[in-house]
Amino acid sequence: MKKTSADVLPGLSEGGALGDHPLLAVDNLHVEFRTRAGIVRAVNGVNYTVNSGETLAVLGESGSGKSVTAQAIMGILDMPPAVIPKGEIRFKGTNLLQLSEEARTQVRGQRIAMIFQDALSALNPVFTVGWQISEMFRVHRGMSKADGLKKAVELMERVRIPAARQRVHDYPHQFSGGMRQRIMIAMSIALDPEVLIADEPTTALDVTVQAQIMELLAELQRESQMGLILITHDLGVVADVADKIAVMYAGRIVENAPVHDIYKAPAHPYTKGLLESIPRVDLKGHELYAIKGLPPNLLDLPTGCAFHPRCPYRQDDCVTDTPPLHEVSGTRSSACHYWREVLDGEHQ
Amino acid sequence: MASTSERILEVRDLVKHFPLTQGIVVKRQIGAIKAVDGVSFDLHKGETLGVVGESGCGKSTLAKVLMALERPTSGSVTINGRDIAKARGNELKRMRRNIQMVMQDPYTSLNPRMTVGDIIGEPYEIHTEVAPKGDRRTKVQELLEVVGLNPDHINRYPHQFSGGQRQRIGIARGLALQPEIIVCDEPVSALDVSIQAQVINLLERLQNEFDLAYIFIAHDLSVVRHISDRVGVMYLGKFVELGKDTEIYDRPAHPYTQALLSAVPVPDPEGREQRERIILQGDPPSPANPPSGCRFRTRCWKAQEICAEEEPLLQIRPGTAHESACHFAETHDVVHVG
Repeated sequence: MKKTSADVLPGLSEGGALGDHPLLAVDNLHVEFRTRAGIVRAVNGVNYTVNSGETLAVLGESGSGKSVTAQAIMGILDMPPAVIPKGEIRFKGTNLLQLSEEARTQVRGQRIAMIFQDALSALNPVFTVGWQISEMFRVHRGMSKADGLKKAVELMERVRIPAARQRVHDYPHQFSGGMRQRIMIAMSIALDPEVLIADEPTTALDVTVQAQIMELLAELQRESQMGLILITHDLGVVADVADKIAVMYAGRIVENAPVHDIYKAPAHPYTKGLLESIPRVDLKGHELYAIKGLPPNLLDLPTGCAFHPRCPYRQDDCVTDTPPLHEVSGTRSSACHYWREVLDGEHQ
Repeated sequence: MASTSERILEVRDLVKHFPLTQGIVVKRQIGAIKAVDGVSFDLHKGETLGVVGESGCGKSTLAKVLMALERPTSGSVTINGRDIAKARGNELKRMRRNIQMVMQDPYTSLNPRMTVGDIIGEPYEIHTEVAPKGDRRTKVQELLEVVGLNPDHINRYPHQFSGGQRQRIGIARGLALQPEIIVCDEPVSALDVSIQAQVINLLERLQNEFDLAYIFIAHDLSVVRHISDRVGVMYLGKFVELGKDTEIYDRPAHPYTQALLSAVPVPDPEGREQRERIILQGDPPSPANPPSGCRFRTRCWKAQEICAEEEPLLQIRPGTAHESACHFAETHDVVHVG
């Protein structure tokens, strides 16, 4: 009954050579939700890539489309109401959007896995955690219950849950928030995925627990050279772990850059505004810069650049022309007509 | 500035235990959740005291006891010389005018069936002496303007506003009775980054304008540093360290404060490899059964025998300029690199 993923993904052997293809590439992805109130344009042309062993941080506020992009990669969007009118998601060169549902099931969880924000609601309250972790092995690998449970204990030890052998029979509510998130991580790495998507993995946790979880993720990544996509709104976490950053606003990537460049000199007014608006634990600042106004309504996006109503650099053409992703240097790009002025730090 | 001005709130040995009972017909107490277990501090006019700590450390219970929403098990909360914990009836009502609260979640703390005008004006229904009936509408509109909302929106309902605007409505309600003290329980943690800055700036502007004193409870240490004059660090129902913001953040003396600060990610990738990180093992113990002696000793790398036997008091320790509750207190900057 069991098929290896090589059968359904032609040209993709387990851990095979990447050739010229990045591990995962999202290319001009669009996602809309057709609702009664109208078309909600949640994702409007997203591009990013992630390679083995690399950490890409996708940064954005609520409603910026960062989670919807991740759900499209995983193939877990409810369609309808969601529609993907344009774009490609290429895993080692194969466009996932053109695969059959059966083939996608082989990719999901095995090659690309995901950690969700709220571990308590992502875990099933009426099954033991051991049962839920071993489900991965029973379903995808055809293991017996006993073997699956043994594997579950191994995984729980790998994510450093104390007394794993006893706790494998416990239910999710018997664990603390940090421990539940570890169980989620154990489930996601069970089948050695090549890409791991972590959607706000530490937002619900205290800082000391957040530090534990981020350290664990970094270690697992070092061991297995996964490509990690970290979705977050926390500029601090990003600065700590990311190799490169994609900043999202109103469903678009507004800036793509290596982590050091973006914190030193942002090339988009939104990124710049965000960096100036956060208080810092190591500095006592004066008044915070506040980006004026509110995030846009996705049912009715502003014309031209979606950020123009809130932007201090706005000119007339921002209202009419949507800025393309301008190349700032070999490794970074910005979707702003006036990225040069922003980069130079000229405030208007 | 803080220490010279008038002291308006005095909290002494405040304790709040929630009983754990067993049995349905005959209830016996089998223990207690020691949510707040001996907290003392002062608050001066126009000052902000930040309270930080992890979930379950008792910071929200502290807020409720200060507001007299919960009666303390023992200890006193003295506002302008009178103990709110012992006040009843009319006296309590009068005292409550002086201490108001801004809640965490702007989505659930506003009644969806009331207009903004009714929500902000409700305090006047209870404290009729503050605004005579004909005057209320204008007062509410003034308040809306003060917090940066359009006064014409007085007849709208909460769902017509965004999260940040709703939090402004909550702040306007807190300001309605012109209190001297506002207790802010995680006022910005539910908001997006760009909106957070707007609300923090608003709180600071209002403080200068009305000479308010804030008790600012939050788990985000960066936000607390930004807004606070003094900071108290809470662990399992007790303050483990209390001092000026620079003392706590640049020269922390208690190991827990050091671990907490080192875990906060700094939004600057420069030198991230060199940054010191103290990763605590495990979770905090249950407040129903805290460890003997120092409560932090089970997770502390400095723990010795004395820590299990003798509880360290919150006092100024040798070599430090502010109060900390550790037998081996020693200042150590964990936030800055190099």
